[in-house]
Amino acid sequence: MSQPKSNKKPAIFFVAKERESLFSKKNRKLLKDPLDDNNPITVQVLGICSALAITVQLKPAIVMSLSVVAVMAASNVIVSILRNAIPNRIRIIVQLVVVASMVILVDQVLRAFAYDVSKQLSIFIGLIITNCIVMGRLEAFALGNGVWKSFLDGVGNAAGYGFMLIIVAFFRELFGSGKLYGYQVIPDAVYEMGYENNGLMLLSPMALITLGIIIWVQRARNRKLIEKH
Amino acid sequence: MNRDSNGYTFGFAAAMVLVVASVLAFTASSLKDLQAENVRKEKMQNILSTIGVETDRDGAEKLFNTYIVEQLALRNDGTVDEAVDAFSDVNLAFELKKDAKDQRFPLYVANVDAAKYYIIPLRGSGLWDAIWGYIALNEDRNTIKGAVFDHKGETAGLGAEITQQWFMDRFVDEKIFNTSGDLVGINVSKTNNDPNDTDKDDHEVDAISGATITGDGVSEMIVERLQHYLSYLKADTEQLAFNN
Repeated sequence: MSQPKSNKKPAIFFVAKERESLFSKKNRKLLKDPLDDNNPITVQVLGICSALAITVQLKPAIVMSLSVVAVMAASNVIVSILRNAIPNRIRIIVQLVVVASMVILVDQVLRAFAYDVSKQLSIFIGLIITNCIVMGRLEAFALGNGVWKSFLDGVGNAAGYGFMLIIVAFFRELFGSGKLYGYQVIPDAVYEMGYENNGLMLLSPMALITLGIIIWVQRARNRKLIEKH
Repeated sequence: MNRDSNGYTFGFAAAMVLVVASVLAFTASSLKDLQAENVRKEKMQNILSTIGVETDRDGAEKLFNTYIVEQLALRNDGTVDEAVDAFSDVNLAFELKKDAKDQRFPLYVANVDAAKYYIIPLRGSGLWDAIWGYIALNEDRNTIKGAVFDHKGETAGLGAEITQQWFMDRFVDEKIFNTSGDLVGINVSKTNNDPNDTDKDDHEVDAISGATITGDGVSEMIVERLQHYLSYLKADTEQLAFNN
């Protein structure tokens, strides 16, 4: 009796899996969730140090976000491909090596093609290795899921990180130096009327406060995030 | 295969190291030329910025060839070593390790709108790692036309501030020789009573709070490097004075 049943089950499971489209609801959730409901920065509060350090201007924040997207997507895919071959006892070391080599690749490419930005980001590119989001997603997701899902998860989480970075950088550059992406947006006339750039916005504590305000706004809008006590 | 066996674990680790090493080595060597080109152009850009010529990296080479009329590799006694190319052959990081008599001291002479400037490369140590830069002297070989600094790993927000324009601007118009003609350099001073830096004869600029050691490194670097150019700078100055 039990024999045919257990034969049937995997068959159904297999068919169902094959039918799942590339952008099924589940897969879209992998991309969308980290942008809001499960944002690595504002909800999980990971990767804060780099969020404070490189959000003075938009340009480095955008390059940093793109670098993290590249590193996370690539390392998630690689670890997911290797997930059945990685010896369990050294899996953290393997993850570190994968992330570190991706980071070095990104660093080398930036040095060759975007030298100024790579100087500006300096050590922070190297510090992507220590970004908790990257290792966290490898350990929690890529080790147990397929390649495509892992790719989406990596892109989604990196995008959630980058999204917050860019919002914070937008406000810090706007109020701190009156510019956006290096171009002056607050007209000279406003300065002549007595407006001053807020120098405090350029310092790290204001990044934390900006982030705090963003978390406040996000929680006010998204009731799901409020803990029930 | 048993994924938990020691043999498999060692094998996997060894294979991984081989693959990663070859991928990284391949990337690094194929991008090396592009990176070296960026560094070369940045050097030109830095040299030009000390004499007030601002340019982007791509335009640096053309302007460098226009404005820099002489590139000299000096010996300790002030004579020129013709066999050495000051720009590409002299790497200060290696030169500094040699004895002063074996070192070659690069000097760039610029000519901008009929004004002559002498640009001297600097290198020393900050708090964590190397700091370097360029200092340009006016035709009197005493007054600073401009300075530019860079660093490898000073603390962001503190020592790293030496690369900021407002800090480098403080050196403009300061004098490296005192009135009796001795080399005193520029002291990055914590006891400076002149925070706006209006007194240009005090051989001092205001230090950055929290960057004492980096600041001291800048002061030391300037004197240490400039002292090797004395025979060149002074000999000619006296000659000039004599001719006048």
